[in-house]
Amino acid sequence: MFGKLTLDALPLHVPIVMGTLAVVAIIGLALVIAITKYKKWGYLWREWITSVDHKRLGIMYIILAQVMMLRGFADAIMMRTQLAVATNGAEGYLPPEHYDQIFTAHGVIMIIFMAMPFMIGLMNIVLPLQIGARDVAFPFLNNLSFWLAVAGALLVNISLAVGEFAKTGWIAYPPLSGINHSPGSGVDYYIWALQISGIGTTLTGVNFIATVLKMRAPGMKLMQMPIFTWACTWANILIVASFPILTGALAMLTLDRYLDFHFFTNDLGGNAMMYINLFWAWGHPEVYILVLPAFGIFSEVISTFSGKRLFGYTSMVVASGVISILGFIVWLHHFFTMGSSADVNAFFGVTTMIIAVPTGVKLFNWLFTMYKGRVQFRPPVLWTLGFMVTFTIGGMTGVLLSVPGADYVLHNSLFLIAHFHNTIIGGAVFGYMAGFAYWFPKAMGYKLDEKWGKRAFWFWQVGFYVAFMPLYVLGFLGMTRRMNHTDNPDWNMWLYIACAGAFIIGLGVVSQLIQLYVSYRDREKNRDVTGDPWNGHTLEWSTMSPPQFYNFAKDPVVSDIDAFTDMKEKGTAYQRPEKYKPIHMPRNTGAGFIMGMLLTACGFGLVWHIWWLVIVTFAATIVTYIKRCYDKDVDYYVQPDEIEKIEGEHLAAVETTLKA
Amino acid sequence: MSTSVLNNEAHSHEHHDSGSTTLFGFWLYLMTDCVLFASVFATYAVLFMNTAGGPSGHDIFELDYVLVETFALLFSSITYGFAMIGAQRGNKQVTLLWLAVTFILGAVFIGMEVNEFSHLIHEGFGPQRSAFLTAFFSLVGMHGLHVTAGLIWMAVLMLEVMNNGLQPRTVTRVGCLSLFWHFLDVVWICVFTVVYLMGAVS
Repeated sequence: MFGKLTLDALPLHVPIVMGTLAVVAIIGLALVIAITKYKKWGYLWREWITSVDHKRLGIMYIILAQVMMLRGFADAIMMRTQLAVATNGAEGYLPPEHYDQIFTAHGVIMIIFMAMPFMIGLMNIVLPLQIGARDVAFPFLNNLSFWLAVAGALLVNISLAVGEFAKTGWIAYPPLSGINHSPGSGVDYYIWALQISGIGTTLTGVNFIATVLKMRAPGMKLMQMPIFTWACTWANILIVASFPILTGALAMLTLDRYLDFHFFTNDLGGNAMMYINLFWAWGHPEVYILVLPAFGIFSEVISTFSGKRLFGYTSMVVASGVISILGFIVWLHHFFTMGSSADVNAFFGVTTMIIAVPTGVKLFNWLFTMYKGRVQFRPPVLWTLGFMVTFTIGGMTGVLLSVPGADYVLHNSLFLIAHFHNTIIGGAVFGYMAGFAYWFPKAMGYKLDEKWGKRAFWFWQVGFYVAFMPLYVLGFLGMTRRMNHTDNPDWNMWLYIACAGAFIIGLGVVSQLIQLYVSYRDREKNRDVTGDPWNGHTLEWSTMSPPQFYNFAKDPVVSDIDAFTDMKEKGTAYQRPEKYKPIHMPRNTGAGFIMGMLLTACGFGLVWHIWWLVIVTFAATIVTYIKRCYDKDVDYYVQPDEIEKIEGEHLAAVETTLKA
Repeated sequence: MSTSVLNNEAHSHEHHDSGSTTLFGFWLYLMTDCVLFASVFATYAVLFMNTAGGPSGHDIFELDYVLVETFALLFSSITYGFAMIGAQRGNKQVTLLWLAVTFILGAVFIGMEVNEFSHLIHEGFGPQRSAFLTAFFSLVGMHGLHVTAGLIWMAVLMLEVMNNGLQPRTVTRVGCLSLFWHFLDVVWICVFTVVYLMGAVS
């Protein structure tokens, strides 16, 4: 009846996990009571859960990302404190089998369930607005993608309460992740969480490529798309070209584990290195999927807050393209020590080094954009400047690692850990923070508090250096990754410093939570009435804040890269058309949510070999989808009088502000 | 320039899920599927020599049998083409007839493949025997799963044509399945060449 699932799967004997679960249960219960008390269930269902509006989906993606960031960050704090305590041969407070799950969960959560939803959330909110579209190409698919991401996140979190998570590291290399060495439920949770959310990500990539190619505003040529849209487009191309490889690799690992196949086993001709090749053929493009949109954000932020056009738009687009292509021919640098011939290693080392060139082009473009500009040092700009310094250091240590000879020494050392945190935090995460502050007023209608924003930035920035620079040193001192406890007096001081750094970053995270609270409290004071709080360059700033649900009453006609600046200069912005035409809109649907929840249950059944649950939920998913396809009531028209009312309010607010 | 701008504006109301966007989006999805097949092909190429003392392709492939299977699938692409022509002309009966013929040919293909698989497993040459057989069953089986999904889709689509006739939305769907079906044919040609022909010859 319940497959392999027994009461032993509950972590009753692990106080840390039980404590966490108790806190989660209390918060969850409080939420349920609050929603019930204020009678918001219907509102949540109609306006959010079933929404096919890209702006709402974007906000939900970012909420998912931030919740998961808290979980991933808690993992990070636990690892750093464990390593600070467990020196000189002490065992610390986390036993190895628990510690191994924590570092695996930290990696999986931060990459797949924090960074990806954050990036996709920002893209959802901004990209359709930037190209003057009313929605994405396939609004229902967009909703489905979101709920698939949630399904994956749910599975990761369920593993905390029922069973275990993988102890293999976030890469889950076989044969360690094979059934002989990892017989528990951990790797299965890992597989199905990544598989389900990964399919959602692939669909997102398809959706947004179709959106930019088919739904741009009249007149907008490809080389007139805003730079963030371009960066996301490259990222989406990478998603479409690389995520299926992950799907394939995970499917093969599944077959090995469930049906005794021999793709990656030690016996009967299996080849574990094949998994590692496939994994990184996805994994390396994945880091560019994360960082390219962040580059796009920095470009938008730096040109807006310098009051200038972006320097070198074309070279920016081309550089992103070159990075995307090169990103596909460097995967072997993750395992130079596999023992390929010197020529193979040299090829992948050189292609890796070449990536520094287009990235350097971008850095100089940002510098030249600031040159002679009137730079306003608001939080988004601070994140950008912090990025430019931090990411450059991370890039240079990456070039050091790309030398195969050096890599043989530094492979799997803390030098590597420092390097990729240097690029992913200093590159991608700082970018999302900048984008979050920059587009927050657009999405929510009021600005974020700047005082707490600046505090958050400085805690993060200082904390980052204190936490990760010691890891470079520890790498040189020979400390390898994934150690549970140490016994080397030379390392102790650096481990203590790194731990202090993690707590300084923690102050940054707390500052961000306070910032959200303060900004919400003072929302009337910080309200963005015009929809254009920063004197923006691109079309998203021509809408209300938050934007009208149909985005644009009339398709904007574009003739410049900085389309909105162009309109403001020509005096064509905020024009009242003679009459409004009805707008065709998609209806909300619960199908995506239902499919997401069914697949969560399906994934759970697969983890525990509860086959009836698998069959029932999978069949129900297909039936839900087919029913949705037969649904004829999928769209409606917004009538001109309603549009006129909404637009009239916006234009009146703009006129009042412009006069004042 | 200005005229094209005006034209764009005129049809912008149909932005959502309009037929050409759907077809393009579906084509993009097929490209992701293509990458998935490419990954499994690559794995097959790495593993096909690893027979671990078990049989190689030369020992177990029956080319005559696979040739019949292949022709069933190739002909189903032609008959799907006829169904597509019928759909574009708005002829419900023709569309349904050719979809039914395509369905039967597809089902023949799947039936023969299942038979081949069960035959091999009975002889003790199942996917658990060696890395070569693992890769063989997975690659061919993945294609088979796709064809099966296509058959289910085709059955649903035939019901839709029967009940609703050839609405624009339905014709778009017939077009998407057409892309899918031809794509699977192309993949099969690669499977037939790389797995069966090259396997039997070597």
